[in-house]
Amino acid sequence: MSASSRSGGGALAGVLRAEAGLVRTEVRLWSAAGRLLLGWRTLLVLAALLGAWELYVDLGGADRLILPPPHQVASSLYDDRSLLWSNFLVTAREIVVGILVAAAAGLALAVSLHLSRTLRRAVYPLLVASQAIPIVLVAPLLVLWLGFGFAPKLVVIAIVCFFPIVVTTIDALAAVDPDLLKLMRTFDSSRARTFRHVELPAALPGLFTGMKIAVVFAPIGAVFAEQAGSNSGLGYVFEQAIPQLLTARAYAAVLILAAFAIALFTVLNLAERLLLPWAYEPRGEIPQ
Amino acid sequence: MPEGPNGVRIRSVDRTFHTRHGDVAALAGMSLDAAPGEIVAVVGPSGCGKSTLLELICRLQGPDAGTVQADPAALMPQRDLLLPWLDATDNAALALRARGGERDSARETARPWLERFGLAGFERSRPSELSGGMRQRVAFLRTMLAGKPVLALDEPFAALDALTRLEMQGWLGSLLAREPRTVVLVTHDVEEAVVLADRVVVMSSRPGRAVAELEVPLTRPRHRTDAEVIALRERALEALGISR
Repeated sequence: MSASSRSGGGALAGVLRAEAGLVRTEVRLWSAAGRLLLGWRTLLVLAALLGAWELYVDLGGADRLILPPPHQVASSLYDDRSLLWSNFLVTAREIVVGILVAAAAGLALAVSLHLSRTLRRAVYPLLVASQAIPIVLVAPLLVLWLGFGFAPKLVVIAIVCFFPIVVTTIDALAAVDPDLLKLMRTFDSSRARTFRHVELPAALPGLFTGMKIAVVFAPIGAVFAEQAGSNSGLGYVFEQAIPQLLTARAYAAVLILAAFAIALFTVLNLAERLLLPWAYEPRGEIPQ
Repeated sequence: MPEGPNGVRIRSVDRTFHTRHGDVAALAGMSLDAAPGEIVAVVGPSGCGKSTLLELICRLQGPDAGTVQADPAALMPQRDLLLPWLDATDNAALALRARGGERDSARETARPWLERFGLAGFERSRPSELSGGMRQRVAFLRTMLAGKPVLALDEPFAALDALTRLEMQGWLGSLLAREPRTVVLVTHDVEEAVVLADRVVVMSSRPGRAVAELEVPLTRPRHRTDAEVIALRERALEALGISR
């Protein structure tokens, strides 16, 4: 292709390419959503698992008070829907705010550790150690300290979500090509501008990866925090249902948490494809 | 350093790297001159310290011994290193942004250049939507817009396929005819050196130093099949110790 043959239809070609790009992005977004939410293979596996579970309990494999069959869990989902829904809203808010707080704090810490080798040497080992503290034991102390409200839940969730976000973001920052940093130096770029134009955008896919990992830890943290002391939330429902032998309701609460984790994961995936489409593009040339 | 353009003046430079496996002498007694506006190609076997030489010119590192005097230089790396989240215009304008320019005015400055670089219609395309040759042209434009009198080109076409490389060599030749700069072009392609440069410096294997120098007193545009180009290429290969 020569430069002259392109210049005439150049502008039109550009518009067409841009539109094709948009359509491609949209198609990819929806197919991604479809894969995660409605994947028929997932549904098939799920149906098989539920069937096996139902059969196992029906054939007397386990006491119904310990392992209720799926149809009992399903009817609890329906019968207890207003109780479950109002408590779900409490836990969902804790989880969403907790992940967002962890993302903001995680990004800030990752950037500080990336920019200061001294800080990284001093703090990174402590960060790893902090994850070895059993959150089950700390949660009740946090409740005594911060009360029965929103604050201790937020802290517990943020603590469990924080670590994967910091680690994946730091790794993304460290993966920036050193030749790119050299290039910016020959352009007389300041440290701050190199960070803003080169390193920070490169770190965003890492931030998203960390948040996607955090999505599966957050419900666990929320349940621990609610069990340690609260009067609402799905963890509280679970805690109350077990001694009342309402096992199906307890399972229903767990099911809702799992579904919520899948939904959050899907939302994050879509947001990432929308905000960072370049991170999903093929590395090579696009065939014409 | 005195005022005014000086080009590049490197005198008896030594550069040794200390690694876990012992010291590696990259350069020993290396000298090189490039007058303002001159295109000097540096050829040599792999690992002869060519990239180290360019980093010295760009002040990314300093010599252990000897002197390096050079006008401000911008580096053009072997890989295009375009930022995947920026379109062609923003990538080309990166050097302007690096100096603190506003996005809009930086794009404004870059836009007419994109057309001159044969990138009209692709101003808003991200690197993944560009061919290898186009990406390399965006990378060139980025280096040109840095506004430095010296261009340090590190095997700029090594990553391209053979056909695109030929096209890009011709393109760079005509670009430098229109936009003269002091150029130090590191390459392992002797033919590329003879086609593009005013002078070819041949380096020894590690530790690198200049072992031969060939003037290329040919008119432009040159073609790789010209008899004089072929003759000079053979002389350069001989100086590298590769003869038929």
